[in-house]
Amino acid sequence: MSPLLTVAGLSLAYGKGTPALDGVDLTLNRGEFLSLLGPSGCGKSTLLRLIAGLLTPSGGQLQWQSPIARGDIGFVFQEPTLMPWARVIDNVRLPLEIAGVPRVEAVDRAMAELEKVGLLDFSKSYPRELSGGMKMRVSLARALVTRPALLLLDEPFAALDEITRLKLNDDLLSLWRRDGFTAIFVTHSVFESVYLSTRIAVMRPRPGRIVAELPVELPSQRDYATRTGAVYNDHCRTVSTLLHQAMGAAP
Amino acid sequence: MKGMVRLLLPPLFGLLVLAGWEWAVGAFAIPAFVLPPPSAVLAALWRDGPLLLTSSWLTLSITLQAFLLALVTGVALALLFSQSRLAAAALYPYVVALQVTPIVAIAPLVVIWVGYERVNLALLILAWIVAFFPILSNTTLGLSAVDPNLRDLFRLYGANRWQTLWRLQLPSALPYLLGGMKISGGLALIGAVVAEFVAGSGTASGLAWRIIESGNRLNMPRLFAALFLLSALGIAIFAGLSFIQNRLLRRWHESELGRQ
Repeated sequence: MSPLLTVAGLSLAYGKGTPALDGVDLTLNRGEFLSLLGPSGCGKSTLLRLIAGLLTPSGGQLQWQSPIARGDIGFVFQEPTLMPWARVIDNVRLPLEIAGVPRVEAVDRAMAELEKVGLLDFSKSYPRELSGGMKMRVSLARALVTRPALLLLDEPFAALDEITRLKLNDDLLSLWRRDGFTAIFVTHSVFESVYLSTRIAVMRPRPGRIVAELPVELPSQRDYATRTGAVYNDHCRTVSTLLHQAMGAAP
Repeated sequence: MKGMVRLLLPPLFGLLVLAGWEWAVGAFAIPAFVLPPPSAVLAALWRDGPLLLTSSWLTLSITLQAFLLALVTGVALALLFSQSRLAAAALYPYVVALQVTPIVAIAPLVVIWVGYERVNLALLILAWIVAFFPILSNTTLGLSAVDPNLRDLFRLYGANRWQTLWRLQLPSALPYLLGGMKISGGLALIGAVVAEFVAGSGTASGLAWRIIESGNRLNMPRLFAALFLLSALGIAIFAGLSFIQNRLLRRWHESELGRQ
């Protein structure tokens, strides 16, 4: 597998205190699903924002295999982050509109994304009229409408109830298999990280660092049976231990 | 049924008060120059109708002009402030100074500058000064009260300044602007009336001038009729702006939800 992105010695410090992120090295392979797992304050969201270019590192660098253009990175926030005044379809086509894609084409592509997340019938609705899970689907559709090479997800399902979250996990996996993007998924749930990822990076706080990496040896097709299988449970145990050690290692 | 009762309650209560008023004036023999009975006010409204309507129109037209001018200049200045911190830092103190100086104190100066032969223009300027600030401050607040994640999203997709303003900041500011407009609409009327009290004369005879005139002549029925029209104007402005607010926000903003 060829690396899409190499992160070398990436640091971010605010003022003179403990840096939020200190010397992070990470190689991101094309097509993989990487989870960043760690307790709050470990800098996992910060790392995601640095990769997205929303923050500027104070040290180290990001080496992209090929130059990043606008629309190459999709971002899903913890909140659905939809424009409340715009209909679902207009929210989804926003990235294309900003990029100057002609309206007719943008609407077509946005409708195609809405169909993928099962919300075709709600294109004319306003965000307020949707449930939390549906809003998150709209947010996913918007992030995918530019056909990004890299999808960044910042604890997107943390605010949803368990059942909706499991459903959205499956939907996200089928989108990933279908569209073939690379994904970085920030989470604080051991189970979610094992179920979704091909690889897990465990982080620790103060200063934020990656302390362990673990490939997930589950088939790419995952479903209810996966969650009850021995391999899944073994991984959950291992990752829980790693997370515990990571937290223990913090001063 | 409950809705009907709610709708009928205010007018029923009003009629009850009017009936009590009419009765009390007769029963206690209150002189008309202290408190005229509602029937006399109604008669004055009918008899002086043409005169009062002309005055109402003058007051209303100054109010509306001042309001529209406040809307345009307030939004324009707020946009300038949002695009340039330098301009905001330089101008804002003076805007505040203009706002906090009592309009009654500025009025004589404005009248002298504009000239007594153009009193209507003086009234317009004074009403505008009063009406302009809520629009400016609310819009300025709204333009900066943008969801930080949405702002990041626009940055991620490389939106330019114009796109961010048009697609993100202006819609975010709309509820604030509409709130400011509601305050400003009422203030424009107050401004127009206060200005007329200070600067008005026979040449600018709006409702406020009719009130002064009627008071001087102890023509209480006409004074009450003018007062009634003035408050009707205020209510109409408020209702009109509430209607616009509801139309623009009802599909998406919390403030208008659950009112359908």
